[in-house]
Amino acid sequence: MDIKKRAFKRSLWVYHLSGGSCNNCDIEILDCLTPRFDIERFGMVLVGSPRHADVLLCTGIVNKKCVERMREVYDQTAKPCVVVAIGACACSGGIFREGYQMAGPLEKIMPVDVYIPGCPPKPEAMIAGIVKLLEKIK
Amino acid sequence: MKNKKRVIIPIGPYHPLLEEPEFFSLYCDGETVVDVEWEAGYNHRAIEKLSESKHWDQVTFLVERICGICSTSHPFAYCNAVEDILGITVPERAKYIRSIIGEMERIHSHLLWVGLAGHFLGYNTVFMWAWKYRETILDMFEMITGNRNHYAMFRIGGVRRDIEDGDIPSLRKVLGEMEGKLEMLTRAVLDDPVLAVRLKGVGVLTRRDIKDFGAVGPVARASGVDFDVRKDDPYAAYPLVKWKVITTGNGDVFDKAVVRLLETFESVSIIRQCLDAIEGKKGEIENQVREVPAGQGIGRHEAPRGECFHYVRSDGANSPVRHKIRAPSYVNIPTFKASCTGQTISDVAIILAGVDPCYCCTERVAVYDAGNKKKLYGFPELVEMSRKKTERIIKGEMK
Repeated sequence: MDIKKRAFKRSLWVYHLSGGSCNNCDIEILDCLTPRFDIERFGMVLVGSPRHADVLLCTGIVNKKCVERMREVYDQTAKPCVVVAIGACACSGGIFREGYQMAGPLEKIMPVDVYIPGCPPKPEAMIAGIVKLLEKIK
Repeated sequence: MKNKKRVIIPIGPYHPLLEEPEFFSLYCDGETVVDVEWEAGYNHRAIEKLSESKHWDQVTFLVERICGICSTSHPFAYCNAVEDILGITVPERAKYIRSIIGEMERIHSHLLWVGLAGHFLGYNTVFMWAWKYRETILDMFEMITGNRNHYAMFRIGGVRRDIEDGDIPSLRKVLGEMEGKLEMLTRAVLDDPVLAVRLKGVGVLTRRDIKDFGAVGPVARASGVDFDVRKDDPYAAYPLVKWKVITTGNGDVFDKAVVRLLETFESVSIIRQCLDAIEGKKGEIENQVREVPAGQGIGRHEAPRGECFHYVRSDGANSPVRHKIRAPSYVNIPTFKASCTGQTISDVAIILAGVDPCYCCTERVAVYDAGNKKKLYGFPELVEMSRKKTERIIKGEMK
């Protein structure tokens, strides 16, 4: 366990999972990776498969059609894995809370470790959230 | 064709190529794509229905959250639609501010597309550059409107915030710097021999295809169809400033990139003219609207991806009775059938990206069975159901 934990906190690999969002949080996540904010300096890399991921960055209301697939993705990630809810939709449902397509918020589907509210949260807010996450892991 | 073995390659719903959850099935014969099918619904958020439960003013915030990239185009079209019911025009200053926001959004959206297209081709340098340049536009948005995205600038009858005279010099400075960067990026992208080989003659859409599928926006303009709502059905400040519609003739992905890059220069020029018109002047920014009478109205806006259309019906009460939205990607996505067929699998990614599809805009309808969640009616099933119903009516089983 100790080795696992030591390896885990060094370089977090993130996987981006969108459950019916307006695309804006997703764009801001990508913004974090581009030169202005550049979270790669913290050792974070966006990976293409949930099997390689340590962190799931989830955005969007959880759409009824997405629920099964999102559970599947969560099951595929190697544990321990950290789930981050990004944006108002993932945290609480936001403006879409009363819609008939709403199956979330995210905490109903999977255990959430970090909430980053905002519509959309600024990249700075995301970085602050991730720094807190690193402290939590330690 | 029927006897040949076909391989089906599924893409999605969660796939590194796609930012949003979407599902494509590529039917392949060897390396060649024979057919494409698209399955939607992963992004459906019940917006049209929610809009019927919200107050007229609240709907602008809701439709803004349809899409995060073109988040001004939907309130723009919605406000045009409600103003059509009211029969009012907005004050001149508000018109200019609306156009400024609309064009700034076009620059940031096109830069985003150039970056993503470079990323899909394996040119990560283009991705990083374009997104770095885009940041300054977002900073300007934050200065003028208070938020990087989802600006909430629009309200029925005008705009919510004024552009202060103090903000204009820094906006001009950013535009000046932006022009140089855009020029460098445009020349770097268009002169690159590898990109030319990779993009020229790929995913060609002819004029005929555009007419058949009813495609709009840069996709149509790259094939020589000069359809632009800003010119054809003028609104806001677009008839008051000088600009031209960019068209090219080949219809391949390269031309789509050319159209988008050249459009950003037009946008810069439109913003400059609008700033000249409002600088140092005072004026009303909104007409007060007390209530919305019964009636129906349509509103259109040329979003970065094409014509965005809103239909609103009112019965004189507090909220819309019906609100219909047609986003540009809704008509652009079916062109995949024409552009992907006959291409190799490796080219499909850039062809799919070439349309600049925005799935979150498009998903307005989803049909699924609540009992068995995996069952979903796709388009063929819906057509089949519709045909069966017609048959039943013909036979006299149903009235």
